[in-house]
Amino acid sequence: MSNNESHITSYALNFKVLLVLLILTTITILVIKAHLGAFTVAVALTLASIKCAIVLTYFMHLKFESLILRLMVGGVFLLFAIIIVITFIDYYFR
Amino acid sequence: MNNQTPTAPLNYLNHKTGLWSWLSSTDHKRIGLLYFYCIVTFFLSAAVLGLLMKIEKVAPGETIMTAQTYNAMFTLHGIIMIFIVVIPGLAAVFGNIMLPIMIGAKDVAFPKLNLFSFYLFLGGACIALYSQFAHGHSPDTGWTFYVPYSAEASSNVVIALTAAFTLGFASILTGLNFIVTIHTMRAPGMTWFRMPLFPWSLYATAWIQLLATPVVGITLLMVIAERTLHVGFFDPKLGGDPVLYQHLFWIYSHPAVYVMILPAMGVVTEIFPTFSQKPVFGYVPIVFSSLAIALVGYFVWGHHMFTSGMSYESRWFFSLLTFLVAIPSAIKVFNWLSTMYGGSVDLQPPLLYAISFIFLFTIGGFTGLTLGSVATDIQVHNTDFVVAHFHYIIFGGMGFGFFAGIHYWFPKIYGRMYNIRWANIGWGILFTGFNLTYFPMFIMGIQGMPRRYFDYDPKFQLGQTISTIGAVILFTGLITMISNLIYHSKKGAIAPANPWHGVTLEWQIPSPPPHENFDEVPVITRGPYVFDNPHTK
Ligand code: HEM
Ligand SMILES: [Cu+2]
Repeated sequence: MSNNESHITSYALNFKVLLVLLILTTITILVIKAHLGAFTVAVALTLASIKCAIVLTYFMHLKFESLILRLMVGGVFLLFAIIIVITFIDYYFR
Repeated sequence: MNNQTPTAPLNYLNHKTGLWSWLSSTDHKRIGLLYFYCIVTFFLSAAVLGLLMKIEKVAPGETIMTAQTYNAMFTLHGIIMIFIVVIPGLAAVFGNIMLPIMIGAKDVAFPKLNLFSFYLFLGGACIALYSQFAHGHSPDTGWTFYVPYSAEASSNVVIALTAAFTLGFASILTGLNFIVTIHTMRAPGMTWFRMPLFPWSLYATAWIQLLATPVVGITLLMVIAERTLHVGFFDPKLGGDPVLYQHLFWIYSHPAVYVMILPAMGVVTEIFPTFSQKPVFGYVPIVFSSLAIALVGYFVWGHHMFTSGMSYESRWFFSLLTFLVAIPSAIKVFNWLSTMYGGSVDLQPPLLYAISFIFLFTIGGFTGLTLGSVATDIQVHNTDFVVAHFHYIIFGGMGFGFFAGIHYWFPKIYGRMYNIRWANIGWGILFTGFNLTYFPMFIMGIQGMPRRYFDYDPKFQLGQTISTIGAVILFTGLITMISNLIYHSKKGAIAPANPWHGVTLEWQIPSPPPHENFDEVPVITRGPYVFDNPHTK
C-alpha cells in the first residue's frame, strides 16, 4: 500500500477533471429535456457513475492505490450497479 | 470478585476497576461484554413482550390487552429483537471478544472507533425506545414500516427510522473495523487459509454490514424528503411508488438476515471440531460457502414481495435466486455433520446447543424454500407460517448459536465454569418450549391464521393454546439458562485455560485473557484445526 507518501497532482490536471465534471453535469441536465422516456434514468445514472469514477480516481487518489484496494472499490460499485439493474427489471416489466 | 485470591494474575476483568474504566475502555473484550450486557437486557425485555402477546392469544377474543396495544407490542418486539438484538448480536459480542484473540492480535484495528460504535449502538437503542413514547402514541406499523400505512399512521416512523439508521451506522463501523482488522492484524504466519472459521464468517458478515446498511440510511433520507419537501418517492399522489419502499427496505433487510446468521454459523463451526476432537470437515468449502451466502444474499430480497404487485418477471427471477442460497447453506450443514461423524463426540452443553442449531435451522431453511417458491408463498404469505419460519431461523438458528457460543466461551470470558447439569436442564426446557411455541404456528399458518392479529377464529383454539403453553415453558428455559450463567460468572468453580481441549488460539492463553491477550505475539505454523494432543478423558 502507498502509505504516507503524498501525491501531488498538478493544478492543470485538477482543472481538466473539474471541467469534465462540469460538462457531464450540464449534459445530465439537458438530458431531462430530451424526453428519452424510460431511458432517462438509465442515462442519468450512467453519467453519474462516470462522474463518480472520475472523482474516485483523481480527487480521491484511487489511481495511486494498490490493485487489491482498486478491485475492492470496483467490486462494490459493480454490486451496487447489479442491485439497481435488478430493481429496475421490476419497473421495466410491470 | 470476593473469593478471588489476592495473588490472582491480572487479567482484562480486573487490571483496572471502577465503572468509568469500563465505560471508557477501548479493550475489545470489555467492549464485547458491554454489548453483551446491553443485548441480553434488551433481549429479555422483548421476550417478555412476546410472552405477553402469546398470553393474549391463549383464548379467542380480548383477554389481557386491546388490539391497539397488541399492535404496538409486536412493533416494539420486532424493532428490539431485529435491530438491537440479533443484527449486532453475535458479531458485536463474540466478534469483539474473540476475533482479535483468534487471529493472534492484541486488539481490533481501530479500538477507539470500536468504542464509538458501541455508543452509537446505545444511542440508536435509546432513539428506538424514544420513538415508542414520543407524541404519546407508539408506532404500530410492524418492524418493516411499510408505506403507505407508515406514512400516514403517525410521525414516529421518522424517529424509528432514525433509530434504525443510527444502529445501522454502528453496524457499518463495526464491519469496517473487522475488515481492516482481518486484513492487517493477523499474527505472523496466519495466512488467510490458516485463519479459523469464525473469523472467516465475521469477514463475510462485515462486508454485508458495510455495503448493505447504507441503503436503509438512504431510504430514511427519501422518507424525510417525501414528508417535508413532497418529493414523490413512495406516494402515488406525488408520482411515487409504494413498492419502491419495499424494494429499498428489503435490499437492506434481506442481507441483514445474513448478518444475523453467518456469525452464528461461524460459532457452531468452531464448536463441532472441538467437541468431536477432529479437524473440521471441508474447511475450504465452508469458507467459500460463507462468501457465497454473503454474495448471493444481496440478490434475493424480492422474495419478500411476491404478493406486492411486483412484475411477473421479477417474481420468478427472485424465486430462482432464492433457491440458489439454499445450496451454500446445505453445504455447511453437511460439513458440520461430517465433522462429528467418526469423532469422539462429547455431548457438553455447547454441543447440545450447536446440534439443536442444525436441527432448527434446517426446519427454518426448508420452510424458507416453501416461502421462496412463488406459488406456495402466495398461499402462506402474511400468515403464522412466515412467523414460524423466521423464528426457527432467527431464534432457533441465531439464538441457539448465541447460546452455544456463550456456553462454549464462558469459561474463557469469566475464568469460571457454569453448572453443567443446570445448563443441560435449561437446554431441555428451552428446546421443548421452543418447538411447542413455534411448530403449531406452521400448521395454523397453512390453515389460514394471519400474522399480526390479536384475535382469531375459535377453530385455532387448540393450536394457539399449545403455543401459549410452549411460550411459558420457553421463557422458563431462558430464565433457567441465564440464571445459571449469571450466578456462576461470579461464584463458579475456577476454570482451567482450556476446559474443552480446543486448539484455536483463544484456548492457548490464560482464562480470563490478560489485558492485551498475548504476552508474546504467537507465530502460526499450521492450520487452525490440528488435534494432535492425545489428552483424552
Ligand atoms: C434457506 C434460506 C432461506 C430462505 C429460502 C428464506 C425465504 C424466505 C422468504 C421467501 C420469506 C418471505 C415470506 C413471506 O413474507 O411471504 C422469508 C421471510 C423471512 N425470513 Fe427467511 N429465508 C431463509 C433464511 C432466512 C434467514 C437465515 C433468516 C434470518 C436469520 C431469515 C429471516 C426471515 C425473516 C425475518 C422473514 C420475515 C420478514 C417479515 O416479513 O417480517 N430467513 N424468508
Ligand atoms: Cu429474505
